Amino acid sequence: MKPAPFDYHAPQSLAEATGLLARLDNAKVIAGGQSLGPMMNFRYVIADHLVDLGGIAEIAGITLAGDTLRIGAMTRQRELEFSDLVARRCPLLKAALKQVGHRQTRNRGTFGGSVAHFDPASEQPMMCAAHDAVIEIASARGVRRVPFAQFGLDFMTTALAPDEILAAIEIPLWPQGHGWGFHEFARRHGDFAIVASAALLTLGPDGRIVRASLTLAGVAVVPVRLREAEAALVGRAPEPAVLGAAADLAGAIEPLADIHASVDYRRHLARVLTERALGDAAARAAARTTP
Amino acid sequence: MSAKRQISVEVNGAPRQAEIEPRLTLADFLRHTLDLTGTHVGCEHGVCGACTVLIDGRSARSCLTFAVQVDGRALTTIEGLGPAPGMLGVLQEAFQRHHALQCGFCTPGMLTTLTELLNDNPDPTEDEVREVITGNLCRCTGYSGIVAAALDAARRLREGEA
Amino acid sequence: MGVKHFGARVTRLEDPALLTGRGRYVDDVKIPGMVHACFVRSAHGHALIRSIDAAAARQMAGVVAVLTADDLPAPMAGARMPMLVPNAAIAALRTQHCLARDEVCYVGQTVAVVIAESRYLAEDAAAMVDVDYDPLPAVSDCRAALEPGAPTAHRDLPDNLASAFRQSFGDVEAAFAGAPHVFRESLFQHRGGGMALETRGVVAHHDRPTDLLTVWSATQTPHIGRRMIADLLGRSPERIRVIAPDVGGGFGPKAIFYAEEAVIAAAALTLGVPVKWIEDRREHFLAATQERDQHWDVEIAVEADGRIRGVRGSLIHDTGAFVPWGVIMPYIASATVPGPYVLPAYRLDVKVALTNKVATTPVRGAGRPQAVFAMERLMDRVAQGLGLDPAEVRRRNFIQPEQMPYAVGLIFRDGKPLIYDSGDYPKAQAEALALADHAGFAARKAAALKAGRYIGIGLANYVEGTGLGPFEGVTVRVQQNGKVLVATGATNQGQGTRTTLSQIVADRLGCRIEDIEMSIGDTAAIANGVGAFASRQAVNAGSSAAMAAEVVRARVVQLAARALGVPEAEVAIEDGKAVAQSGNRPEVGFGDLARLSQGMPGFSMAAGDAPGLEHTAYFTPPQASYCSGTHVVEAEVDIMTGGVRLLTYCVAHDSGNLINPLIVDGQVQGGVAHGIGNALMEFMKYDENAQPVTTTFADYLMPMATDVPTCRITHVESPSPLNPLGVKGAGEGGTIPAAAAIVAAIEDALSPYGIRFSETPLTPERIVEALTAAGAYKRAS
Repeated sequence: MKPAPFDYHAPQSLAEATGLLARLDNAKVIAGGQSLGPMMNFRYVIADHLVDLGGIAEIAGITLAGDTLRIGAMTRQRELEFSDLVARRCPLLKAALKQVGHRQTRNRGTFGGSVAHFDPASEQPMMCAAHDAVIEIASARGVRRVPFAQFGLDFMTTALAPDEILAAIEIPLWPQGHGWGFHEFARRHGDFAIVASAALLTLGPDGRIVRASLTLAGVAVVPVRLREAEAALVGRAPEPAVLGAAADLAGAIEPLADIHASVDYRRHLARVLTERALGDAAARAAARTTP
Repeated sequence: MSAKRQISVEVNGAPRQAEIEPRLTLADFLRHTLDLTGTHVGCEHGVCGACTVLIDGRSARSCLTFAVQVDGRALTTIEGLGPAPGMLGVLQEAFQRHHALQCGFCTPGMLTTLTELLNDNPDPTEDEVREVITGNLCRCTGYSGIVAAALDAARRLREGEA
Repeated sequence: MGVKHFGARVTRLEDPALLTGRGRYVDDVKIPGMVHACFVRSAHGHALIRSIDAAAARQMAGVVAVLTADDLPAPMAGARMPMLVPNAAIAALRTQHCLARDEVCYVGQTVAVVIAESRYLAEDAAAMVDVDYDPLPAVSDCRAALEPGAPTAHRDLPDNLASAFRQSFGDVEAAFAGAPHVFRESLFQHRGGGMALETRGVVAHHDRPTDLLTVWSATQTPHIGRRMIADLLGRSPERIRVIAPDVGGGFGPKAIFYAEEAVIAAAALTLGVPVKWIEDRREHFLAATQERDQHWDVEIAVEADGRIRGVRGSLIHDTGAFVPWGVIMPYIASATVPGPYVLPAYRLDVKVALTNKVATTPVRGAGRPQAVFAMERLMDRVAQGLGLDPAEVRRRNFIQPEQMPYAVGLIFRDGKPLIYDSGDYPKAQAEALALADHAGFAARKAAALKAGRYIGIGLANYVEGTGLGPFEGVTVRVQQNGKVLVATGATNQGQGTRTTLSQIVADRLGCRIEDIEMSIGDTAAIANGVGAFASRQAVNAGSSAAMAAEVVRARVVQLAARALGVPEAEVAIEDGKAVAQSGNRPEVGFGDLARLSQGMPGFSMAAGDAPGLEHTAYFTPPQASYCSGTHVVEAEVDIMTGGVRLLTYCVAHDSGNLINPLIVDGQVQGGVAHGIGNALMEFMKYDENAQPVTTTFADYLMPMATDVPTCRITHVESPSPLNPLGVKGAGEGGTIPAAAAIVAAIEDALSPYGIRFSETPLTPERIVEALTAAGAYKRAS
């Protein structure tokens, strides 16, 4: 389990990195390496060139611009996990990150790397879906910004072209006082989710739901937004029957089967976890909006 | 074929230089280039945690890191954890006292991971200790001795035992 | 003699080196000029090899050689590997070739080996070895394998039946014919791995000047390895030294001798350079042996009050593609069923099936977890069927301590009548139940249910044959530097063998424990050895250590009396010195006595003196000694997800006298963790073509720190009368009843739904499936 040979490049700027990608054949970008590393050791990935983004300071770090959280692609998961800003303004993201792998992998693993890797059971693409994130992509041809809904194409396949680098993720924040819930079922702590469910809710002054986001991971080739269930929630009071009906819609998805879980079990978990996530979100929203 | 690269690192406080192939993992670099065989390799896919070392004080899988990526960094391995070579520190002594190791193969990863934890959080709960070592598999001990050792070492360190 | 160390919680002598990175495992061995091996392995469950084209690989940079079966030396090239534990009941005595010749029978079977200047280069070249396969139908499931017309795992065998035998005693037909109640179960325990954190590995080096072939191997059995290598290379065992250095966990799969060990030894000899092969984790999943895979159909006949009249049934054991360790596991399983209960009549028909999967050989428990699962599930069925407390049903059936020694009525795996030597089963169960506050559980469960939580309690008992022969040896030698050398054929994969043997020798000889030097796992250290399996080392090597130390002590007293000029009765021994108990208490150190024991050049030895202050003892147990115990588990089930959390885990463990409770507790706790893996997580999945599917630690789930509670452990010490220390084995008892107890606890937690489980691992998905079938999720509407 030793990787195949490659040439190593350690650009110090995004321009240098995109220049390398424009020029090199069969190059692979490495960010934190916690997913790519195993694939290279198993020789599932064989690259002639490895372009390491680790030295590019301009694409690391978390900043707040208005109501948008901008996460540089090379921001380590650990930094997000312990960020006060994230804890305060985007608590769902913090909760989800605590489930990502283990301390040692979060120290190295990056948010951008995970989104680009696009594992369907990963919490990080899921967070992008839940928040309608915008993905900033750089190449020698310029910078483009892609809504997350158009970024994820298929199983571990994204809109990134071979010469492109995921530079940043912009997460539009929900207003203060929103409610959130995150429930994941994995066989062991830190394992990829069999199913994960995330809920975001905002309540109006009358206590009714004015905005909802429901997302599942682990069920399909890409994270799934439950638009129909979201629409059904809006305008309703967050009562158990209403939340349960939305969870029923989660349980009506057509998930994938693999060695970890069957279609039926995933459907069952999708319903159960969505009901739990919605319950938490409703309780938090109510606690924060009602004085 | 890939061009070799020169790297300079600080390992357990001592500067080391080597010319290496880019594909050489940090684990193999430590073990076979530097002969620091205290770091162990158990799975080479980032799950078992036996290869965990500290890079600038942060725990990391040395099987998922290429040695070229740590050029200029400071590394700590199990050989560098004690007060002097071959001497036991507080955490290592607690491991012996609580029978926190049997075959010793997971031990380097457990010690480096817990060293980081105790630096970050001098007073962890049992649940926090257990959670942080979910990144380290042990087949021998059933973990109870390791958890007890970490909590005992934390207490002794808080009480000023160096 | 002073007992300072035996029975004390002595911290381990092994630890300081291991805690500072100064252990020496096989991958730490580095020899100038050493080259590295990578095996080319079968990609098919079953196929013919049409041809192997290694020309391109041989041309690659850094490649030293590519060896196929024909390149191996005689007799290895044509021979199948030796059968390690032959048995007359084995119909298909099938072991593998070191490198496959024309047929491969499981994915991962060794086909060729690439030797190169680094493992990296060897892997580059291995990918270029072109093996042309002609795939054959493969058989993956052991029940399907025994169906008429099933594909055969080997092309030249008429069917897949490797062995069939029957265990029985008593009048089983009568027991069932008149029984007021009969309960049936079909049970399955799935295969998993030993999964030591250190994979297998071999370094071989032929030293030309001495013609010595040294083989370092991560093995539990170096002496057996030397015999195998000698046979396969046609070489004198005297010119082979096998060393098991620090070994990173064994758990059974490292007890057998593997093709890779032979091939690397042959490569070093053939190529004239030291060769290293370190198995990677993927290879370990493919080619290191595994265990469990047994299907049981059993029934129990009981009286109206729950007393057992008889047990009968059948068992199918999956041996995989080969039978390297004989039929030991199903045999042990068949003999473990009676357990701690009075069983008047018993019959089990056993069939061993060949499949196209890697061979099964003992993994921690070796057939016993399956047997205990079968018997304890039946006991729970009796309790459920008769409306009795599961603990009470067991109480009514226990063999009583005054019935010891107790003849079960079978022949055990050691060829001796199955006679329990000692034990107090009622006491063990009572103590485990007390630890678990069994009496208070009903109230806890009711309170939990009120809060919408589902908790349950389960218990399981077991009796385990340990300390198996044939022997283990220990040499105790007082050296002229005053240090005491202890050499043994026993080995250490984490059991603390060095510490426990040192405790025994220090006490019996009268030296300081820190003055003992240990030579362990090295065929050069002692002529004969067996190694670690079947929880046998404390009994065998421990007893030998005591015997050897006492002989040496007597010699020390004799020489000291002479040197000090006092009668032997006036010599006291302490801390490596002999001190006269009279006069001004003159003393003489062990080192000086060792010199005296060598005599004087040209002078005769004193009458009756043997040269040297040393003795080698080989303890040979008359039969197995039977360890026993009770596990009680409290578990909570999240009925909506099927997630299981173990709340408390209590163990009453009886392995006779304890040499070192710190170490025994560690063995129990670690064994329980392995049992939790078997019960809830570890599933080595193969598809219908016998392709392994779960070949990473992300897919094959081992218990983590958040999955294993800290056990409450109590010891019931029933000394064994069969060895001088009164000890029994302790390495596997933690694993054996775990799955039975855990599954029982889950069933109990779900008792409102009346669900029964009969397989492991019991996954959350399976639990939800059962709850769905039981109507747990039906809406009120």
